[in-house]
Amino acid sequence: MKNNYSIFSLVKNAFSQHENWKQAWGNPEPKKEYEAVIVGGGGHGLATAYYLAKKHNMKNIAVLEKGWIGGGNTGRNTTIIRSNYLWDASAGLYDHALKIWENLSQELNYNIMFSQRGVMNLAHNLQDVRDLKRRTHANRLNGIDAVWLDTKQVKEFCPIINTSQDIRYPVLGGTLQRRAGTARHDAVAWGYARGADAMGVDIIQNCEVKGIKRNGDQVEGLDTTKGFIKTKKIGVVAAGHSSVIANMAGLKLPLESKPLQALVSEPVKPIIDTVVMSNAVHAYVSQSDKGELVIGAGTDAYISYTQRGSHDVVEGTLKAILELYPIFSRMKMLRQWGGIVDICPDASPIISKTNIKGLYFNCGWGTGGFKATPGSGDLFAHTIANDEPHKLNAAFNLNRFVSGDLVDEHGAAAVAH
Amino acid sequence: MFVINCPYCGERDQSEFSCGGEAHIVRPKQPTELSDDEWAEYLFMRKNIKGVQFERWNHAHGCRKWFNMVRDTSNDKIHAVYKMGEKPPVI
Repeated sequence: MKNNYSIFSLVKNAFSQHENWKQAWGNPEPKKEYEAVIVGGGGHGLATAYYLAKKHNMKNIAVLEKGWIGGGNTGRNTTIIRSNYLWDASAGLYDHALKIWENLSQELNYNIMFSQRGVMNLAHNLQDVRDLKRRTHANRLNGIDAVWLDTKQVKEFCPIINTSQDIRYPVLGGTLQRRAGTARHDAVAWGYARGADAMGVDIIQNCEVKGIKRNGDQVEGLDTTKGFIKTKKIGVVAAGHSSVIANMAGLKLPLESKPLQALVSEPVKPIIDTVVMSNAVHAYVSQSDKGELVIGAGTDAYISYTQRGSHDVVEGTLKAILELYPIFSRMKMLRQWGGIVDICPDASPIISKTNIKGLYFNCGWGTGGFKATPGSGDLFAHTIANDEPHKLNAAFNLNRFVSGDLVDEHGAAAVAH
Repeated sequence: MFVINCPYCGERDQSEFSCGGEAHIVRPKQPTELSDDEWAEYLFMRKNIKGVQFERWNHAHGCRKWFNMVRDTSNDKIHAVYKMGEKPPVI
């Protein structure tokens, strides 16, 4: 790697006032032709390019990004990583990602600040208790660490939670995945961009795809704002804009794009050292290393590409946060933003071939794609390189909407949809 | 969040309404004769347009009536509201 980061390089560069660090990745103009082109330079897209180059020896590839690296949903999520999903297919997919996360800083030589601080999911009614206990058992059968905590243990694990049984939605217990946690979201994109660039991948920013050229059933290339690019393989990882790209190829996807909001508070001293999610009242919170509370709200219930989100959604989330954490009542919120998420009817992703040869889609991650970034990239790279899915993403094909073999994680996964 | 002009109640906050998704998807006349592909198309596949979209809305916390709306999903600007059964306007 051209610019190895270590304590020695840090010391060496200190002598030149840190003015001689090389750019982490280049800014090339697109070539006329590539072996494969990835559309979308978010975490998933860059990871796909990285694994295509590293594991499948495809070096003549490009990543096209209409904005800048780290400017989309990669930099807009609440950075939560976990793998405690109910169904076997999901457990396999997300735990594959979690295993890669555990060694990713070392692999990329880039500190992604992965922190296994645990994720706790709260239960607020009897059905929650049953569902979460069932999920705990399912997780353990799949080799995923999960424990059930009663109300007293929840309080011990996170003392600032209001466990009074007199509140509207009392805490009746919760599950805990200790291997789960958070990572610095944009560092993930930057780390993968740097890693891919070092292996010869062209990362082309400010380049928007305007059309997909087909010859019969085979893709031929892409029309972009930087001209036509010829390629036989296109991997689309465009998150909320997946349908827009699909429509260019004359394809319809089972997706709806909606704004999902998050917000951060003013920074304060360490107060919560884990991630707590509550599906029933729709509130989840963690604390960043800068000290801000990171709070995830819900999606707006209508299709929109505005990257804003509605105020009443934030208000609902903050009401729930205040009931569960009265200590936050005088906190001021600093920033609020929205990202566009593409949601599948079964709330599971699509990592799949299509009926157009050479056109692959990695989409439908909905409200929870960040946690899967490394696994998603790895499996999508496998699918593109071999023109066949890996066994871990075989269930996440497009054809499941025809066969009816859905991976129905809606509500079942303690996901805050 | 925006204000919707319900054809029955007048202007109300969007939070009073629920969105029923893409409009004018015709229910199959002969469901028993549909292939799996056609069912998938009817049930799941959506245009999910960035731009002017025709969609169904329900005034859930109001008159509870359904109606259609034309909205630009790239900026949430509403172009037209019309009742169920009425001909969609040309935008």
